[in-house]
Amino acid sequence: MKIGVFVCHCGTNISHTVDVEEVAKAAAKLPNVHFATTYKYMCSSPGQALIADSIKEKGLDRIVVSACSPSLHEKTFRKCLEEAGINPYLVEMANIREHCSWVHSDRAQATKKAIELVKLSVAKVSRSKPLSKSFIPIEKRVLVIGGGISGIQAALDVSFAKFPVVMVEKEPSIGGKMAKFDKTFPTLDCAACILTPKMVGVAQNKYVTMHTFSEVVEVSGHVGDFTVKIKKKARSVDLKKCTGCGACYAKCPVKVTSEFDEGLGKRKAIYVPFPQAVPNVPVIDRNACLWFTKKTCGLCKKVCAIGAIDYDQEDEIIEEKFGAIIVATGFKQFDHSVYGEYGYGKFKDVVTGMHFERMANSSGPTGGKIVRPSDGKEALDVVFIQCVGSRDEQKGVPYCSRVCCMYTAKHATLLREHNKNAQAYVFYIDVRAAGKNYEEFVKKAQDEYGAVYLRGRVSRVFEKGGKLIVRGADTLSGSQIEIKADLVVLANGLIAQDDATTIAQMLHIQYDKNRLFTEAHPKLAPVETITSGIFLTGACQSPKDIPDTVATASAASVKALGLMVHDKLEKDPLVARTNNDLCSGCKACYLACPYSAIEMVEIEDRKLKRKRMVSRVIEGVCAGCGNCTAVCRMGAIDVEGFTNRQIMRQIEAL
Amino acid sequence: MSALGTDSMKDDKKMAADGGFEPNIVGFLCNWCSYAGADLAGTSRMQYPPNVKIIRVPCSGRVNPLFILKCLMDGADGVLISGCHIGDCHYSEGNYYARRRFAVLKNFLEYIGIDPRRFQMSWVSAAEGDKWAKVVKEVVEDIRNAGPNTISAEKK
Amino acid sequence: MKYAYYPGCSLHSTAKEYDLSTKEVASALGIELVEIPGWACCGATPAHLTVQSLSIALPVKNLLQAKNMDAGDVVTCCAACFSRLKIANHFMETETEKRKEVEGIVGERYEGEVKARHFLEVLTKDLGLDKLKTKVAKELKGLKVACYYGCLLTRPKGVTGIDDLEDPRLLDDLMGTIGVEAVKWPYKTECCGASFSLSKTEIVLKLSGDILEMASDEGAEAIVVACPLCQSNLDLRQGMINKKLKKSFDIPIFYFTQLVALSLGIAPGKLGFDKHMVNPVKLLKKKGIIA
Repeated sequence: MKIGVFVCHCGTNISHTVDVEEVAKAAAKLPNVHFATTYKYMCSSPGQALIADSIKEKGLDRIVVSACSPSLHEKTFRKCLEEAGINPYLVEMANIREHCSWVHSDRAQATKKAIELVKLSVAKVSRSKPLSKSFIPIEKRVLVIGGGISGIQAALDVSFAKFPVVMVEKEPSIGGKMAKFDKTFPTLDCAACILTPKMVGVAQNKYVTMHTFSEVVEVSGHVGDFTVKIKKKARSVDLKKCTGCGACYAKCPVKVTSEFDEGLGKRKAIYVPFPQAVPNVPVIDRNACLWFTKKTCGLCKKVCAIGAIDYDQEDEIIEEKFGAIIVATGFKQFDHSVYGEYGYGKFKDVVTGMHFERMANSSGPTGGKIVRPSDGKEALDVVFIQCVGSRDEQKGVPYCSRVCCMYTAKHATLLREHNKNAQAYVFYIDVRAAGKNYEEFVKKAQDEYGAVYLRGRVSRVFEKGGKLIVRGADTLSGSQIEIKADLVVLANGLIAQDDATTIAQMLHIQYDKNRLFTEAHPKLAPVETITSGIFLTGACQSPKDIPDTVATASAASVKALGLMVHDKLEKDPLVARTNNDLCSGCKACYLACPYSAIEMVEIEDRKLKRKRMVSRVIEGVCAGCGNCTAVCRMGAIDVEGFTNRQIMRQIEAL
Repeated sequence: MSALGTDSMKDDKKMAADGGFEPNIVGFLCNWCSYAGADLAGTSRMQYPPNVKIIRVPCSGRVNPLFILKCLMDGADGVLISGCHIGDCHYSEGNYYARRRFAVLKNFLEYIGIDPRRFQMSWVSAAEGDKWAKVVKEVVEDIRNAGPNTISAEKK
Repeated sequence: MKYAYYPGCSLHSTAKEYDLSTKEVASALGIELVEIPGWACCGATPAHLTVQSLSIALPVKNLLQAKNMDAGDVVTCCAACFSRLKIANHFMETETEKRKEVEGIVGERYEGEVKARHFLEVLTKDLGLDKLKTKVAKELKGLKVACYYGCLLTRPKGVTGIDDLEDPRLLDDLMGTIGVEAVKWPYKTECCGASFSLSKTEIVLKLSGDILEMASDEGAEAIVVACPLCQSNLDLRQGMINKKLKKSFDIPIFYFTQLVALSLGIAPGKLGFDKHMVNPVKLLKKKGIIA
């Protein structure tokens, strides 16, 4: 072993307080050190040439550069070694600038410490091993989970780069929550007008395969090589044969409440959720259909001229491979039935924002009229209550749902547009209208559409004389007020989907205490997860409005495409590795790994002549944090670049 | 210990300082927060005593308790572990492991008669150069008061 | 069934009829109530506004007294007493610092082990409505009442745990069991003005007036309460409310125990109807409930 030590002056940054010649002299005496010298700027071209030449001339096989922080120049010197013909992982840096010359003023003491630091690095490098980069092949297909605006945008963006995309949507049609909206803030664009072209675009795109009425049920593997099982629920209608003529649901005798219309309208037992559904193929609700419940009727089958109705269809599970996954599972509206003061969800005329959207929609259950669900009469005095579930640690969630202030301002505007005589009252805590043209939009709702904003909470809503009495505080005038309303619209917040934790566990991604998926870094990696190759978009990560959702969808697509353009993924070799001979299969590392990068595998033990379990590191997933090594009782798992042997030698050197 | 690659126990080496006792302290710093915090202390030219020698590790959760015992047995007067603030771990949860593990170790050290001041933990972020300088000053002062580590002498 | 009975100051004075009817109902149903000897003030209204530790120490003193007599849970009829006993237990169970302070005051260790119950719970939960139904001698048919729980019985959240916070049902269900029709109304847990009755009567006239008006609007002929303070504000102040609001309310305010007693066949003379300000006998006669 021939170690070379190169001590940098860094101009005078180091040599001002550290006697670099003294350091080099001391270094030369250390075990295995063959050569030690100093130079003015070690990172400069002549400095690097000095190292390269010394390697060649003196046959050095390991290098210590005693200079600045490795975060600045470790890569520089690795490259230098590689070019000089030795393994780039055989260099260590001794940080005698940031950790020594700049923080100490006593020359003797600083020099002494610098020598100690060099000693540490020499000790470590003496136990370094040559490492080589590994490569992971990449399956060039992207899975998008969720077919709302978020998933649609992501699929379109990925397909534009001509990579195959598979979209999985659990409902019978794509479109998600946005398909239910009437208008969008702050421009009052019709939601369907801007969404449906995108829906059709996905359906007609040759790079996109859609699985509607389907769910992801199992995910295994890692970045570049995910294996995913998708359950295609039995639709009872042949997707390929059906032409969408609608004869079946026209004849179906069974009427049930429509989920799409939030219970305000009816649908048939065989149905398409809404007229612009994609695919425009009906599905049979087997819980309501007479054929499935009573073995009678069968009308739909009789009227279908092309024989697309298939009562015998069964759930089917398909398995596909992907290189990256985009999670776009969206949100759920907060359920206000925990609020006794708003009637526990029992008053018919206390509705949610989503109900209002459906009523305002001209193709909705009321034909675009804002009415009281109880008697169908037009609603004139409408009270909007903000922050239902949001910002409420007692009964709801602690966070602000971000969109409710805006959608309420939109509703107040739409109310007046639908009926000139209607009056909106809005109870709010704060109006949060941070977004382009948002504040202006709220102002307009107040000034031009006459919405009365009252700052305070509502303490009770009750029915009296066919009206709803809303009693609340107006904190600005310091008085209690009562409003006789025809309709109360609650601005329910956005929360995680019911199955969010199941999905997170399946994907090995993290979620917070509100069950929202956690990004890899809140600022610098907002659409990534800690599991490489899995990206987040839309409201499954946190409540988002449509512009933000679309932006994160495009961001997630770029991240996925960043993988797709490579044939294989280069992987830093500083990862953990298991020594099978020492591993007892106790699973401590498996449980400690924050990345689920460790799997348990069975090996044939030749000595014991039987099979036994050991842990194995999935290199593509391992981030090299070393938590596994610290929990290993056997010393069987170790992390390259920071091995037990290296650190022990460093300790001994001190 | 052999599993961890230690070939031999090192001979006792007590720092002979001129006059007063200058403790020899080993610092295990996580690469992402505390090591970068110490770098920032450097670029900000903050002054602190030179007693702490830093060993860079990827994460405070990488530190095996045996490392600390090994340091103390080999004559270090103190050990300092510093990681990301709780909740800020670069590897999302490594420092939770570290916190739990070393709370137990600290109790254990006290139980076997080692002054708990010899083993300290801190959470220093990459933005807290000033905090790093402060931590070093306090730890050095603490261990100076604890006096030289005599375990390795007793071992002989 | 045996309980340590904590009447509180009201049931020994302004709410004598509550005390009488409770004891009648208990004895008819085989519920033994043993009055806590030497019971003291529960600490309601004044104490918790002035010295918090005193407002906990007072009920704890009473609960400890009950513990020593070994008569089971403490039962009370007054919503304010109930609230104070429950809150005291809550503090003793959950807040160590406070507990130590209070233990210092009462000179004994106590961690909330004596349970406090309202007599309404005893009837509806401990005895059970099914069992009660079998004992009903005469259903009080034709009477429409509004069940008024007041502000203290269900609140605060997670402390009294007796019933739903905003829409309690215990009284309504109890009334149903004895044949009384409970109207649907929204003011079950409104505030009656409570002890402002003496200091700021105006407030009570407004709040209690609202309650009477709502009950009357929703078709109630009488109001049923489980709190002496509510009863006193709605009953005693009804005349003043009428004068102020230019109304002519004539709404008797019953304790639930009085109606239960009637359904069990107990003689009206034993139930203190003569102590009411708004005469209830007229209505009861009209409905043929009493002769």
